[in-house]
Amino acid sequence: MNWQAVRTIFSHEMARFWRTPWESLASPVVSTVLYFVVFGAAIGTRIQSVEGVSYGAFIVPGLIMLTVLQQSITNASFGIFMPKFVGTMYEILAAPMSFIEVVMGYVGAAALKSVIIALVIYLTALFFVDLPMAHPVWALAFLILTAFSFSLFGFLMGIWAKDWQQLQFIPLMVITPLVFLGGAFYSASMLPPFWEGVAKFNPVLYLVSGFRWSFFGQADVPVAMSLVAVAIFLALGIGAVWAIFRTGWRLRN
Amino acid sequence: MRPIIEVSDLSKTYASGTAALSGVTLDIREGEILALLGPNGAGKTTFISILCGLVTPTGGTVRVGGNDIIRDYRAARSLIGLVPQEISIEMFETVIGTVRFSRGLYGKAPDDAHLEGVLKALSLHDKRDAKLMELSGGMKRRVLIAKALSHGPKVLFLDEPTAGVDVNLRREMWAVVRRLREEGVTIILTTHYLEEAEEMADRIGIIDKGRLMLVEETAKLMHEFGRKRLTVELAEPLTVLPATLAGEGVALLGDGRHVRYDYDTRADRSGIARLLAGFAGEGIAVRDIVTEQSSLEEVFLRLLEEKV
Repeated sequence: MNWQAVRTIFSHEMARFWRTPWESLASPVVSTVLYFVVFGAAIGTRIQSVEGVSYGAFIVPGLIMLTVLQQSITNASFGIFMPKFVGTMYEILAAPMSFIEVVMGYVGAAALKSVIIALVIYLTALFFVDLPMAHPVWALAFLILTAFSFSLFGFLMGIWAKDWQQLQFIPLMVITPLVFLGGAFYSASMLPPFWEGVAKFNPVLYLVSGFRWSFFGQADVPVAMSLVAVAIFLALGIGAVWAIFRTGWRLRN
Repeated sequence: MRPIIEVSDLSKTYASGTAALSGVTLDIREGEILALLGPNGAGKTTFISILCGLVTPTGGTVRVGGNDIIRDYRAARSLIGLVPQEISIEMFETVIGTVRFSRGLYGKAPDDAHLEGVLKALSLHDKRDAKLMELSGGMKRRVLIAKALSHGPKVLFLDEPTAGVDVNLRREMWAVVRRLREEGVTIILTTHYLEEAEEMADRIGIIDKGRLMLVEETAKLMHEFGRKRLTVELAEPLTVLPATLAGEGVALLGDGRHVRYDYDTRADRSGIARLLAGFAGEGIAVRDIVTEQSSLEEVFLRLLEEKV
């Protein structure tokens, strides 16, 4: 293993995060606070509670997941798209590194950024609402696994994207709708039966549900299923990245 | 001694069906400067890209320091440094930062003493903390070389190192390359500046349409394929060239004061003695004689013609 190379890419990526603290940290936190103000305070006062949890608290896990998915995809896709765009990709491809090492560097940094942002949002939320934490270890596990899986997807997207438009496309057109329809702001059981059935096809529902369970001890779908869903995402992501490096698709043409 | 790079029957056909390289076989000796010469699109960059691991070959094998570039890619790539054709750098990064990054990718432990030495050798040391966007074009190119040398490679690939740079900068790059060779680094450079290959290289390989047409010692190539031109300056102008002097390749120039003679260095008899004797026989006074070696450009064009 070329650990030195992993560390080099990892710290290079993290350096960008700390170099622009406002973009990296403040903007997701500010937008989350806005969600609290609108959904938690303004609308939330009209909704007593969801399954015994105050609405303001209920939306916190969903909000964190929303941000983690978006940030993971954005950070990881940007991380690998940049060298492609600037032309420094040649260095990565010519270096004595395996695909696992490249992925560990880029995806590891992107996932860690998301986890840091998630923790900051969680701490911010504590100022607004009383938040129980039923299963802290599971919460962290869901968080890390989700951040890693979606950073992998972001990485794939960064390799796939040929321009900035394509880079923006999937987070905007696919991830945001999936998260909003994935029960970030409501429980799937609040939907009419037909739509509740449709929602079960949304992979993000399983992530939000599992994550929410680790806070409140209740879930839309069994926790085991949420875990299986995360595992499937992870496996798909790893498989796709492996195939790309094997075939050199969009990299070694 | 075993060649540092052994290329055997190397081919690359792109998905579009374009054959960029076909059956290239070549040994590169340790410590030499090899110039790969050819027109645009001849396959030079594809060749370098395969050797450096940027492009997957469709056929053939390459060994670097005895290591197969696919099977033992780690060992092979550790020996290689690549300076790309385009100036591709992260503009917000500092000089020392980007050089450290390159070294790290090769799995080498941080060694600022080595990196400072590299920067000094490339006259970049006083710019070590400058952002890359603040540097001139020539400095950026030197940064690319510094990055390629950061892990102490034994082989350095320079893809068109002086494309689009001015004369001063070109001379500066040549000086850098020569210094590296003195340190024992094997250098492979591509160029379509024929003067550059002639000036720099120990051997010249000529690539055209994906085929390696010839690899030869530079001097020998020039000798074998070179034409020479003799220009005789006359003391008094002539209106017509006397019949005894006329012959193939002989011409009186418009001003009447110069007679030009193109001859082949490979021919048994150059014809110079006959020409000069002719001047004496006609009683024409000769003021000066100049001979010029034909440029590699002419050699190159002639080689292509001969192959056709």
